[in-house]
Amino acid sequence: MTTTAIDAGSRANHDDAGEQQFNELIAQDSRIEPRDWMPADYRKSLTRQISQHAHSEIIGMQPEANWITRAPSLKRKAVLMAKVQDEAGHGLYLYSAAETLGTPRDKMTEDLIAGKARYSSIFNYPVLTWADIGAIGWLVDGAAICNQVPLCRASYGPYGRAMVRICKEESFHQRQGFEILLELANGTPEQRAMAQDAVNRWYAPSLMMFGPPDEDSPNSQQSMLWNIKRFSNDELRSRFVGMMVEQVRALGLELPNKEVRFNEETGRWEHGPLDWNEFKEVLAGRGPCNAQRMERRREAHEEGAWVREAAAAYAEKQALKHAQAA
Amino acid sequence: MSEANASATRITPGNALRPEDIALLDTKPSDAVAQYALWLGDDALILAQRLGWWISRAPELEEDVALANIALDQIGHARSFLTYAGRAWDKTEDDLAYFRREPEFRSVHLVEQPNGDFARTIARQFVVALYQWELYSRLVGSSDPTLAAIAAKAVKEVDYHRDHSIQWILRLAQGTDESRRRMIAGLKLTWPYVEELFTDYPLVDELGDAGVRPSTLREPFDAAVRAILVEAELEPPEVPGSVGGGRLGRHSEHLGYIIAELQVLAREYPGASW
Ligand SMILES: [Fe+2]
Ligand SMILES: [Fe+2]
Repeated sequence: MTTTAIDAGSRANHDDAGEQQFNELIAQDSRIEPRDWMPADYRKSLTRQISQHAHSEIIGMQPEANWITRAPSLKRKAVLMAKVQDEAGHGLYLYSAAETLGTPRDKMTEDLIAGKARYSSIFNYPVLTWADIGAIGWLVDGAAICNQVPLCRASYGPYGRAMVRICKEESFHQRQGFEILLELANGTPEQRAMAQDAVNRWYAPSLMMFGPPDEDSPNSQQSMLWNIKRFSNDELRSRFVGMMVEQVRALGLELPNKEVRFNEETGRWEHGPLDWNEFKEVLAGRGPCNAQRMERRREAHEEGAWVREAAAAYAEKQALKHAQAA
Repeated sequence: MSEANASATRITPGNALRPEDIALLDTKPSDAVAQYALWLGDDALILAQRLGWWISRAPELEEDVALANIALDQIGHARSFLTYAGRAWDKTEDDLAYFRREPEFRSVHLVEQPNGDFARTIARQFVVALYQWELYSRLVGSSDPTLAAIAAKAVKEVDYHRDHSIQWILRLAQGTDESRRRMIAGLKLTWPYVEELFTDYPLVDELGDAGVRPSTLREPFDAAVRAILVEAELEPPEVPGSVGGGRLGRHSEHLGYIIAELQVLAREYPGASW
């Protein structure tokens, strides 16, 4: 790095007018746009959050894609294909949003494949039956919606706008998941048992999607001050539990936790203890499917390298041709 | 749309026909037309089953989206054709997709071929899309209004599939040495299964103006292929054609595995609804 670059860098970091404007925008609950000055930590924290979110959409395609070829009716097959396709689209919007903060998509993909970047742990659980496809739509997309609706108002413009598009589609996914479970719950005794078993297995992992309890979530505070996060992990989790209680009744199934109840005093839904050790284990890479998911992403990326190279080489040749013709 | 509304749906150009609408039609196809609908429906179904594998495995995210799009269109066409065929025998699309045995399928060997690498998939897509476009753009004039309506929707979608495969043929043929080598290999592996598409089996004589005689598509197909291969600076592969037989229920060794995966869950729970 040259001296001028350092000077420019330190000047940028001490842009008083920029900083004042940033603080004002946050105070007014307005939007920060890519060209605006922003604190280095804001940029870094957002890049991490948005890219993790993008990686989750992409890795999240795998467990459901595994059932495309086996979907039990052609209509369900089409709906599932469209859902997994939507998730690819979500990944694309989010990578674009993260790119506006200065990190290219290639770099984010490399970090994911190198194991340096995280994605949501929920996708490290195996999808064992068709009912899991229903439970994922209902619980996992459902939890994602609870998490993401407030993000539509995130202070960073491109992120908030990406979330608006994504949330619309996620609510379709949730309804489709609910419909799959409803059909099973009203089906044969075996189908009904399949549905209950899936709800039993996905209940706790979906609750843990909101992240650790508030007292163990050190980054949340700063994120709330920056108007990125609007509600605490526990607040969102409690809201989600309330929604599930109502909907599981409509399904005629049960949540596997007997301690779920509404606390009149706090006005919040409560649930029995979650196994945060398991959460940490999966987060640390020791979940049932971590290795498998990473391997599949790496394989697709590496086996696609020659295709991406060919497309780039062709585009270059075409550009040269046009330049010569002009 | 509610079922009551769906039953009132009339087949008119511009009014896209959904499988749910076809299931409620008063008209039943003749046995020959139903058999013909199976040909086209099975091609689309098996191709969709193959393409579905790519979703989450494509060389870039944009291709996950594009291949999913194509697979979704094909599954849509399959549902329409199979629903219509099923009207002749009081069967649903799912009865036909999930509870027929291998020799009862009518797909061509081409769509049964493995995905291979991306170039091989593109080669297969190229042949299928150009063939389907020639076919559907004529089937819109079918004397059978349901077939004509399905084709009218399908031809617009297949036009995109055609464009997608052509763009990739050009890129891969003229990209890098490796991509060119792979594209040539992919075309060579695909070419033996081209001939079967244009064989006139006896059923064709029973269709009258309801169907399209496969052999009549050969010339326009060849011309379209030639134009693209010239642009890509590729030679048509010189390989002997395979005898085929898919329309008679004599399939490649691949189909058994494809339908085993397709049908496993439905057959584990016969009589269940999903
Ligand atoms: Fe998503
Ligand atoms: Fe989703």
